[in-house]
Amino acid sequence: MIAQFWGNFLSTVFSHPLDSTLLVVACWPLIALACLLRPHSIRYVARFLFLVGALVCVAMFLLAGTFLISGHSPQVMTLPLGLPDLPFQVRLDALSAFFLLILGLGGAGISTFAAGYFRSGEGTAPGLLSLHYHLFLASMAVVMLADDAYLFMVAWETMALTSYFLVTSQHRIPEIRRAGFLYLLMAHIGAVCILLSFGVMQGGSCQFTFDAMRSASLAPFWATVAFTLALLGFGAKAGLVPMHVWLPEAHPAAPSPVSAMMSGLMLKTAIYGLLRVTFDLLHVQFWQWGIAVLTLGLFSALFGAIFAGVQTDMKRLLAYSSIENIGLIFTGLGLSILFAASNLRLFAALALAAALIHALNHSLFKSMLFLATGSVLHATRQRSLGKLGGLIRSMPCVAALALIGTLAIAGLPPLNGFVSEWLLLQSFLYTPQLPHAFINMLIPLGAASLALTVALAAYVMVKFYGVIFLGKPRETLLAQAHDANWLERIGLAWLAAGCIAIGVQPQLALHAAGKTTGMLVGQTIAPDPSVWRIAPIAPEQASYSGWIFLAVILCTIAVTFLLVRLLAHGRVRRTAPWDCGYPWQTSRMQDTAEGFGQPIRHMFGAFFRMERELPAPTDLTPRYRVHIEDRFWRALYRPIAAAVQRLADAVSFLQGGRLAIYLLFSFLTLLGLLVFVL
Amino acid sequence: MRGIALIWQFGEVILAIALAPLFSGWIAQCRAWMQNRSAPPLTQQYRMLRKLFNKDAALAEDASRLFRTTPYVLFGTMVLAAAIIPSVVTDLPFAHAADAIALIGLFATARVFQALAAMDIGTAFGTLGARREMMVGFLAEPAILMVFFNAFLLFGTTALTGLVDNYTTHPSVIDPSVVFAAIAFTMVLLAENARIPIDNPATHLELTMIHEAMVLEYSARHLALIEWASSLKLFNYACIGLALFLPWGIAIHGAHVGSVLIALFALLVKLAFCGAGLALIESVSAKLRIFRAPEFLAMAFLIAVLGLLVHLLLGANVNA
Repeated sequence: MIAQFWGNFLSTVFSHPLDSTLLVVACWPLIALACLLRPHSIRYVARFLFLVGALVCVAMFLLAGTFLISGHSPQVMTLPLGLPDLPFQVRLDALSAFFLLILGLGGAGISTFAAGYFRSGEGTAPGLLSLHYHLFLASMAVVMLADDAYLFMVAWETMALTSYFLVTSQHRIPEIRRAGFLYLLMAHIGAVCILLSFGVMQGGSCQFTFDAMRSASLAPFWATVAFTLALLGFGAKAGLVPMHVWLPEAHPAAPSPVSAMMSGLMLKTAIYGLLRVTFDLLHVQFWQWGIAVLTLGLFSALFGAIFAGVQTDMKRLLAYSSIENIGLIFTGLGLSILFAASNLRLFAALALAAALIHALNHSLFKSMLFLATGSVLHATRQRSLGKLGGLIRSMPCVAALALIGTLAIAGLPPLNGFVSEWLLLQSFLYTPQLPHAFINMLIPLGAASLALTVALAAYVMVKFYGVIFLGKPRETLLAQAHDANWLERIGLAWLAAGCIAIGVQPQLALHAAGKTTGMLVGQTIAPDPSVWRIAPIAPEQASYSGWIFLAVILCTIAVTFLLVRLLAHGRVRRTAPWDCGYPWQTSRMQDTAEGFGQPIRHMFGAFFRMERELPAPTDLTPRYRVHIEDRFWRALYRPIAAAVQRLADAVSFLQGGRLAIYLLFSFLTLLGLLVFVL
Repeated sequence: MRGIALIWQFGEVILAIALAPLFSGWIAQCRAWMQNRSAPPLTQQYRMLRKLFNKDAALAEDASRLFRTTPYVLFGTMVLAAAIIPSVVTDLPFAHAADAIALIGLFATARVFQALAAMDIGTAFGTLGARREMMVGFLAEPAILMVFFNAFLLFGTTALTGLVDNYTTHPSVIDPSVVFAAIAFTMVLLAENARIPIDNPATHLELTMIHEAMVLEYSARHLALIEWASSLKLFNYACIGLALFLPWGIAIHGAHVGSVLIALFALLVKLAFCGAGLALIESVSAKLRIFRAPEFLAMAFLIAVLGLLVHLLLGANVNA
């Protein structure tokens, strides 16, 4: 009886995917409102409502997953909301389902963690925080479901505003207010670009539905203008160099679950938007677009990896690493555009699948590492890498889970980061088939730059994990650090399980991404006949099997361990560290975060503006200080800021302070508009 | 059919595990001869392993579980690599687990684990070695990727077994880019395996050591496993090089016992020459300062890129 009810219920839910998805999305605003009932109660807001939010995320994940697997056709609906002539239109197709899947999967882990994370007395009241948090989640989902420019922009702006309030939840600290302002500014510059891009794409028809834009035929020039504006707008949200400056400021300022949401989930909405515009609305027309995206992506990736290498604040390091990963995703997109515009559909599908899977992977491991820094922050009150160390002994659980995230983000098999990076390198291998001789000679260098980036990421992650969790504690208080509570552990473990599952069984992700590539470029990578491995183009050319990796390594470890115990012995004697016989060792003798950055500062000096204070031999209180600055601030942003300031000064005579004059201005403007219209 | 393939697979892994210390011993012997020293016996490596396995492990007080697990992980990754690389036969069921690019990832896994373990105790030398090792790693990866890119352009595959199959069935493909790739690969091999001119496996001089600095805190069975894994890594790299550049003799699909024996003999001869060549390179070159390492590996990268360009330009000519 009950089983029958549930069977009917589930079949109804899954046969009306769009309705059920909208219902699930609507749950978040309801939770947000429920937060206002008792906004100061941590037990009610965090321990209860966040867990409900996590369940909603799981429902979203399941819905999106079944939609992708069952291969439904796109579903559209007009909502009875919005302006009289501009009703909200929603659409669920493979592209939005894939990103909703990311949202559900990542959101579930983050919400569970957040349920254990928030404490009372930290900045904004927990109820308000939770209100913004759940509205933020809902607005991201609506961005992915929107089928007209109007609803898209409304959701996009809601997303920017709610995340602004989340970033500035500790608004009493001036740096955090500054970071929040910078974030809001960049978000709006991006939003204006996106709005203009939609304006160009409607092509004079004044129809703002995506359907109209799909069928509008734009002149090549206007199509390129629309694409460039979209690239700028979505690039600003994604943190593509040179629009990346807000990212390393905003991510450290926000509470850790919020950083995880922004880095893991919000950056993906920009990827979604660019995919929607480029592939779905503009139908990939010119291969030059691909070159632009590819170049920006490769440069961002390398830039992010290099800057992450020299950071001394753990959250800033992760923020730069986000820039790197976004760069990798854009690299895949660029290759895909290049292939698709040259009508090499299969390779386009490969590159696109690599980009999509990397987006999914990044949402898992980056969220997880940001959350782990949250646990560290709560346990130690330290964000600076120079004051951490040795936490693997006092926080074994977080350290073990963070190790999985670290290995995954470093792109190591058999975890998930490796899969997408491997697919990306594979798609680079087919670039010599492009019909542009000169480009063909340059693109292998792109592959080399990609390999350098990936290897640098491994370096950065060894630094991140080694300095925080390994070695001796650099401060005496660290020995008393406590491990994370069980809600935090479940959140981390959920994300870690995702990293392992996709790494070992990448067919899952490849299958999900295949539906999206089928929709966007009309091709899917043929599934390998064997379920144990993936072979993107043909098994004779290249294949990878996470199962064999894991099984052989684990079996060898087990057999070796048993053999060593059986044939030799397992005796252990605990002594002081050897260290070449130096008797006097302190925790200060370990490499610091600065020390770990030294080879990178040495080799990639051209990327930085560096200020250094070195001690002289005669100094009684020797002091070493190194300050790294982003060149883009001085070369790009300060001149722009100064120009805006000058312009504002020039027109400031308008602001005389007299009401009559202002009314006169309004009148003149109205008059001008009337003349213009008539 | 699959049964016999599994037997070859298993046999090849055992062969690699057994031969790896011998290969390192052979290189040490050749080096001693070339430097006019009296050479240690070929079995010196095995004796050292036996001695280490029988000693009591001295472990630093605050060593974590990561530190104790890492030697086993290193050994496991290198055994897996040996299972994938076609050194004697190409009919290997596990070879489909990874192509050459995934193999780079596998070696990177080993490297990251070793670096993390080196940082675990928190000694000055351990962290220094970890940093340098990771630095050599990120410099070497672009170069070796270019080598594999070149191989892909020539033979249309990055699966090592596929490369060997294609090479031996179409021996007419001889391309100048192979020479460039071989030089670049040798340079990477030296750097990745902590040989002169990047690192010196024979000293514990503080200022220069990389690999030895990372394993300073290990002793007894842990050290034995790490040393064994290092010699396996060198053996694996040599076998990748042989599969890429000198694949003659390797028994391809459908091989019978006779051709496998020939392949085994060919492997021994090739390894002997290869080891002597490595010893020669190491004897005639000097150890570089650590900050010359980028130049060395940048040169390897440029040579590989040159090879690639040579191939693309020649290909463009042929097509035109």
